[in-house]
Amino acid sequence: MTSARNRELAALVPVAILLTAGFAAVFAQEEARLGNLSMIYGAYFLAVCVATHIYLRIRLPNADPYLFPLVALLTAFGLVMIYRIDDGLARDQANWFVMGLVLFALTIQFLRDYEVLERYRYTIAGAGLLLLLAPRLPGIGQQVNGAYLGVKIGPLAFQPAEFSKIAIVVFLASYLREHREVLIVGAKRVLGVTLPPLKHFGPMLVVWGASMFMLVFIRDLGSSLMFFAAFLALLYVATGRFSFVVIGMAMFVVGAWFFASTVPHVHERVEIWLDPYQDPTGSGYQVLQSIFAQADGGLFGKGFGQSLITIPGTDAALLPAAQTDTIYSLIVNEVGLFGACGVILIYLLVAARGFKIALLASDGFSKLLATGLTAVFAIQAFVIIGGVTRVIPLTGVTLPFISYGGSSIVANFVLLALLLLISDRARREAVEPADRDLVFGRA
Amino acid sequence: MNRQIVKLFAFIVVLFGVLVGFTSYWSVFDAEALKEKDVNKRPLFEQQQIERGRILTADGVVIAKSVAKGKGDNLQYVRRYPEGALYGHPIGYSFMRYGDSEFEAFHNDTLVGEESEFASILDELTGAKQEGNDIVTNIDSEAQRVALADLEAAGFGAVVAIEPKSGRVRVMASNKPYDPNRIPDEIEDLFRNELETPLLNRATQGRYPPGSTFKVVTAAAALESGAITPETTIEAPSPLEVEGQPLANDFNESYPPIPLDFALTNSVNTWFAQLGEKVGADTLFEQMRKFGFGSDPPIDLPADQVEASGVRGEDERILGPGDPVDVGRVAIGQERLLATPLQMAMVAAAVANKGRLMKPQIWSRVVDPDGRTTEKLDPSEYSQAISEETAADLTTAMEGVVNEGTGTNAAIPGVAVAGKTGTAETPGNESCGGGSEENQAWFIGFAPADDPQIAIAASVECTPGFGGDVAAPIFRDVAESLLE
Repeated sequence: MTSARNRELAALVPVAILLTAGFAAVFAQEEARLGNLSMIYGAYFLAVCVATHIYLRIRLPNADPYLFPLVALLTAFGLVMIYRIDDGLARDQANWFVMGLVLFALTIQFLRDYEVLERYRYTIAGAGLLLLLAPRLPGIGQQVNGAYLGVKIGPLAFQPAEFSKIAIVVFLASYLREHREVLIVGAKRVLGVTLPPLKHFGPMLVVWGASMFMLVFIRDLGSSLMFFAAFLALLYVATGRFSFVVIGMAMFVVGAWFFASTVPHVHERVEIWLDPYQDPTGSGYQVLQSIFAQADGGLFGKGFGQSLITIPGTDAALLPAAQTDTIYSLIVNEVGLFGACGVILIYLLVAARGFKIALLASDGFSKLLATGLTAVFAIQAFVIIGGVTRVIPLTGVTLPFISYGGSSIVANFVLLALLLLISDRARREAVEPADRDLVFGRA
Repeated sequence: MNRQIVKLFAFIVVLFGVLVGFTSYWSVFDAEALKEKDVNKRPLFEQQQIERGRILTADGVVIAKSVAKGKGDNLQYVRRYPEGALYGHPIGYSFMRYGDSEFEAFHNDTLVGEESEFASILDELTGAKQEGNDIVTNIDSEAQRVALADLEAAGFGAVVAIEPKSGRVRVMASNKPYDPNRIPDEIEDLFRNELETPLLNRATQGRYPPGSTFKVVTAAAALESGAITPETTIEAPSPLEVEGQPLANDFNESYPPIPLDFALTNSVNTWFAQLGEKVGADTLFEQMRKFGFGSDPPIDLPADQVEASGVRGEDERILGPGDPVDVGRVAIGQERLLATPLQMAMVAAAVANKGRLMKPQIWSRVVDPDGRTTEKLDPSEYSQAISEETAADLTTAMEGVVNEGTGTNAAIPGVAVAGKTGTAETPGNESCGGGSEENQAWFIGFAPADDPQIAIAASVECTPGFGGDVAAPIFRDVAESLLE
């Protein structure tokens, strides 16, 4: 089915042109002259994308044609924004982009039969939890802004939560695929509320416990929220019981509230969220500056490269963590509300394609895996954008594919590879009736 | 499971909708309020990165300019005032950390090149950077220098010179002056200096008893209302009881029935006090209103750096004709009547311009970064304060003051000058140190009397001298400089 790949190729060209234009705009701002460097960058980018495309053409000819171009668009946008902050950071990011694509290819190469993941689900779950705990391990763990999110082994530093989110989604998809029947059938109604059967309630409590544990142990409300929300999304899709979601949410809120009042770091984050003006130059600085930057952007923004990131004449940050946490505020500042809505729309389109894959997939594991991966991706975007816009407390989660950060880029490309693997099979079955009949047992 | 997946997607759509909602709120709906928060320094930092336009005198002397410091994101512009203290008033200052004042504050948007959102999109597309516009003022550098030098010799006070036909402010000087370049180092000392109050623009904020210069307003009210003609004579004994208190003329001299020009030339107090009582508070206050009393002056300076003139009650309120006022003493510029030098210059300018009072303006034109004049002052009328006929009668009387009366020191060889002196006694004035021989010396006038080019008010605080000796020479020097 080459028409899908042709559409993908056709979509990549405008992405490369946009990247070229973006760099041109930043150069024009910085040097007041237009070199051909933006053309060179654009050409490199297009070459890398086309190589990936050719690989997909060979390995996954039926996979969703829009996901890769959408993700390439986010990456291109991120590269331009990061370049505008610091060209050295942008070079790193470009390298990670290539590395991410390599891992993307390797995932596709070696996980063609991704059902094997089901067989190792407890190993994967264990690895995922271990990754989460790694930042608290002495010697390799790193504390950033009061949260334990980083790991540094020799020259290699990464944020394990980015990878563990995939591991945990894989585990949950597999676990729920197997137990969804009993969760539905065994459910009882108590006082008008449908409760899951006690026997199977255990594992759910474990997941809840794990996210509470994360809250306390790695002190990050954002990743905790992200994991738990992904779990609830999967639970809902697997069982169709909205009451489970309500119970889960209530448990999370109660737990989070309890720990927010006992764990200082989490408590502070919530306090800042409720009233950032109580300490405008200290703990409230980041979220306030993030909002001020948005106020300054207006409808159309100040233009690429026009935003102030440091206080003039000093190295002090005016917009702290502009390349990671607050990159969305920088986007609003430079390209305005319209540009930001464009970014949100792209995330929404990625989510739409991801859920489309889940809809097309024929077996339970594929459906749940695609749903889980898409949900965790979308919720991650929500958590960080919601953080800098004060919808929820601000926490240190990256904006997928846009924020600076190797772990984020690489992990999200692995996530994309899994989605495309599921998509390729689902769409192949959808167009090959013989196969379809086999799957549905009608032959 | 498909139904749930679709519902889940719908939920994600709602979540993202919330994000769009919040982003819209911060970036558009609440944006103005956020930009004005004290803790939000971003707008200030950004303005600092814009090359603020220059301010120039009418003859091209640079009053204020911006100098670049640093590069790239660290670029910032700092304000420099090459002429130092000469234009501290009325131009003011503009510094990142200390804010801005006077002309710099009033014309901030023009100086930083503030544009509509549509225009800034065009700029963005064409890659243009926001740049400030230059503003050329009406101020004459030489006359400004003369005015400030004379004031520094005479005492604290102010001089305002206005072109009567257009309202162009040619001179605005205030002593004690300050050097805006030193604001970053000395602003607190300057604010604390309550004796010299160097940051006070005495031309627009100095509230002084106008004394006999106000007789011009009283005469205007009487002529306008038909209470008198130039030929009407009134007897002026001294002392005369006014509102239960005796009022005397200079040297306690009594006059037989005399007409307006004689009374004005010799500044006969009891003559004008009777005239004031004759026209009554209603007519007098209405005439004052037409000259601009009772409201902030219509000049291009911030509202908090100008003062309205009028009779001030205890609570600072400006009194009207309905309030209990001693109209006889208001008529000779006493009672609780306080006027700024700018207000009295407006009175002189209105008489000079056939009764037509023009709005006084410091700015003349706006020049964009490419050197194009984008805006020009279009002189506009504030009021027809008096009729052309009344103005002519007043001019004749005021010429007498300079030719043979109290204002001979204002005479310019070969030029007909019309004017009026004023000497308000302010004994025990604390701002002068509380001495007993303290006067507020005034001179208002215009020249040439037959074709007025310039109207001036000069006022000096805390002087033992008289208006004719202290203020009239300042008028003469500044007028000569401007008429050259």
